[in-house]
Amino acid sequence: MRNPSLSLTAILLLVLGLGLAGWFAARAKARAFARPGETRPHSLPSYHGWYVLLWAVLPALLFLGVWSSVSGGLVMQAVMDSPAAANLPGFEMQRQAIFTEARALADGTKTAAFNPQATALAPVFAEATTRYTIIATVVALLLAFSGGAFAFTRVSPGFRARTKVERLVMAALLIASLIAILTTLGIVASLLFEALRFFSMVSPIEFLFGLNWSPQTAIRADQAGSSGAFGAIPLFWGTIFIGAIIAMIVAIPLGLMSAIFLTQYASATVRRWMKPLLEILAGVPTVVYGYFAALTVAPAVRGFAVALGIPGSSESALAAGLVMGIMIIPFVSSMADDSIAAVPQAMRDGSLALGATSSETIKKVLVPAALPGVVGGVLLAVSRAIGETMIVVMAAGLAANLTINPFESVTTVTTQIVQLLTGDQEFDSPKTLAAFALGLVLFIVTLLLNIVALRVVKKYREAYE
Amino acid sequence: MKQETELGQQAGQNIMMTARNVSVFYGGKMAVNDVSIDISKDDVTAFIGPSGCGKSTFLRSFNRMNDTIPNARVEGRIELDGEDIYASGMDVVQLRARVGMVFQKPNPFPKSIYENVAYGPRIHGLAAGKTALDEIVQRSLRRAGLWEEVKDRLTDSGTALSGGQQQRLCIARAIAVDPEVILMDEPASALDPIATAKIEELIHELRGRYAIVIVTHNMQQAARVSQRTAFFHLGNLVEYGDTSQIFTNPRETRTKDYITGRYG
Ligand SMILES: Nc1ncnc2c1ncn2[C@@H]1O[C@H](COP(=O)(O)OP(=O)(O)OP(=O)(O)O)[C@@H](O)[C@H]1O
Ligand SMILES: [Mg+2]
Repeated sequence: MRNPSLSLTAILLLVLGLGLAGWFAARAKARAFARPGETRPHSLPSYHGWYVLLWAVLPALLFLGVWSSVSGGLVMQAVMDSPAAANLPGFEMQRQAIFTEARALADGTKTAAFNPQATALAPVFAEATTRYTIIATVVALLLAFSGGAFAFTRVSPGFRARTKVERLVMAALLIASLIAILTTLGIVASLLFEALRFFSMVSPIEFLFGLNWSPQTAIRADQAGSSGAFGAIPLFWGTIFIGAIIAMIVAIPLGLMSAIFLTQYASATVRRWMKPLLEILAGVPTVVYGYFAALTVAPAVRGFAVALGIPGSSESALAAGLVMGIMIIPFVSSMADDSIAAVPQAMRDGSLALGATSSETIKKVLVPAALPGVVGGVLLAVSRAIGETMIVVMAAGLAANLTINPFESVTTVTTQIVQLLTGDQEFDSPKTLAAFALGLVLFIVTLLLNIVALRVVKKYREAYE
Repeated sequence: MKQETELGQQAGQNIMMTARNVSVFYGGKMAVNDVSIDISKDDVTAFIGPSGCGKSTFLRSFNRMNDTIPNARVEGRIELDGEDIYASGMDVVQLRARVGMVFQKPNPFPKSIYENVAYGPRIHGLAAGKTALDEIVQRSLRRAGLWEEVKDRLTDSGTALSGGQQQRLCIARAIAVDPEVILMDEPASALDPIATAKIEELIHELRGRYAIVIVTHNMQQAARVSQRTAFFHLGNLVEYGDTSQIFTNPRETRTKDYITGRYG
């Protein structure tokens, strides 16, 4: 048992084996009293089996889980207390290096040590590891066995094994759903924490309302021009300009019109082909859109700008916005499609029967009736667009310009986050921490957009049910 | 068939619409089989018959609503005031303005009461200005017997009304474009008895001003509101005549069986 992770696997298998044995034993016992003629037992035999299995496995697993987090410390403690560790160097880093080496020797992942002291420590390590592994094995098996035995004695015709097992299943499902929620909370907490550190260095007022963004100057405190400017308005503007204005100017009409075509005009065959094709757009990796934007659209936009006599840069808000708009089309069109399709046929018939043409019916009845759903879709699309990173990193540029000229380069929140966090960074300079503040703002805005969008969509769904 | 054609032509003096040898198909399946009938201007005509016998399908061919069903096909000839409504020169928009329709389930638009009624006049450009439109809306709501109930809340959503009110709103909506014929497909089947009585009363009042065709499953209703009754069975027009005659002295045994509730 040299490799501790291997031994942990072995213990796990043993525990599971015990559990399985308990399952069969309990089922057999339950079957024995489930004979016809007698009063029917409360639970099926297999529920008794599961009950015993869970009692055998869960406590042992719990113990092993706790153990795996403390065993390292225990081994370390044992090694430190050993005479071989008495004359280790006082300097922490050196000591750590020796320990690491000794552990590797003990595991067998290394055969020869660079430091002789490590060689001396290795057997101590090996011995401590083995001792604790044996302890863990014994305790785990004891827990598994006594848990299983306890449960087994409770197996009787009147015992409500089913209820207990179901309750446990419910608890497991609850935990599974909590994990997602807790992860989200964790992310928010870490964002919040780092952002607060940022705001202790830079005032939130300056951050939220400042017009000047140049974090790059603040690399080292002793450098000239060390006070960076953290006015994020140009970033917010760039994000809105690209994601909520240009992209939506592209995506809303195209998405809506394609939804109208698909629901109202297209034959079943056309619809069967076009809808999935459109949805493929949503599956294209955004980095592919990114180089499409940078290599194809941006030069074309620049050429167009030059032809108009406007000096255009090779990176522009328009190029990024156009491509992002294309990317967003499926979101808008599929939400619009759903909500137009959800407008009852009777509405359409009612309008047609009054002598309205198809296009009048669409314009005056279907789209207004579907509008809340469409708005919800657009809001979701916006929240998606402002969080989108690759396209803007590749095509929008880095210059924090506060401009309404679409041919100029602008930068967005996500682009700046990438900029601030790539490369070697100190994690306590305002420059790096600014990324978290930006992330927090992005998170809050996206969250609000999503909440509003889902509200709108839900309210509208209720109207027709 | 000969006999049915003759029966069909026995309608009252003022003939509004005529159908001659009309068959309707859904794909290859025949839903209405060679039906000929005259719809009188001054009467309420009821279509009765067991479920699935093609009443709705036939009714929908009078304002070409079957056109909106992709695989539906109408054969034969239907005339409105002597004009073939399936002729290539016939404008469906015009036709549907002249032949209005009320559906089984009330289907007001999710707009205000006012906008619901104003919808048709707006589309057809019937009102010269706001006051003219107001007038049309008010007149239509009055004729539909709804004005007193909604005059103070014309801006409320039409969908917020009760089922019976919604159906009268739909009738007002149809009336607003000043049609010559109103087709009603089981207009009261989704309503409670009191709302149903109101609709029947309304049909009485509208009679004479508009030619009315009503599909119903309710024998008493047909007897109460109509002057002419057509009995359909399996896509065929079995018998057509004065309501009093159909209900008291049917010529066909199938009609008699249906009316006495032996099947249906
Ligand atoms: N859209 C459609 N596509 C295919 N077949 C249809 C369609 N609508 C109706 N049918 C068929 O045509 C026949 C006549 O239907 P229709 O709705 O006209 O009957 P109905 O007399 O109005 O019945 P009900 O009293 O139940 O309303 C039925 O067999 C029906 O299945
Ligand atoms: Mg019907």
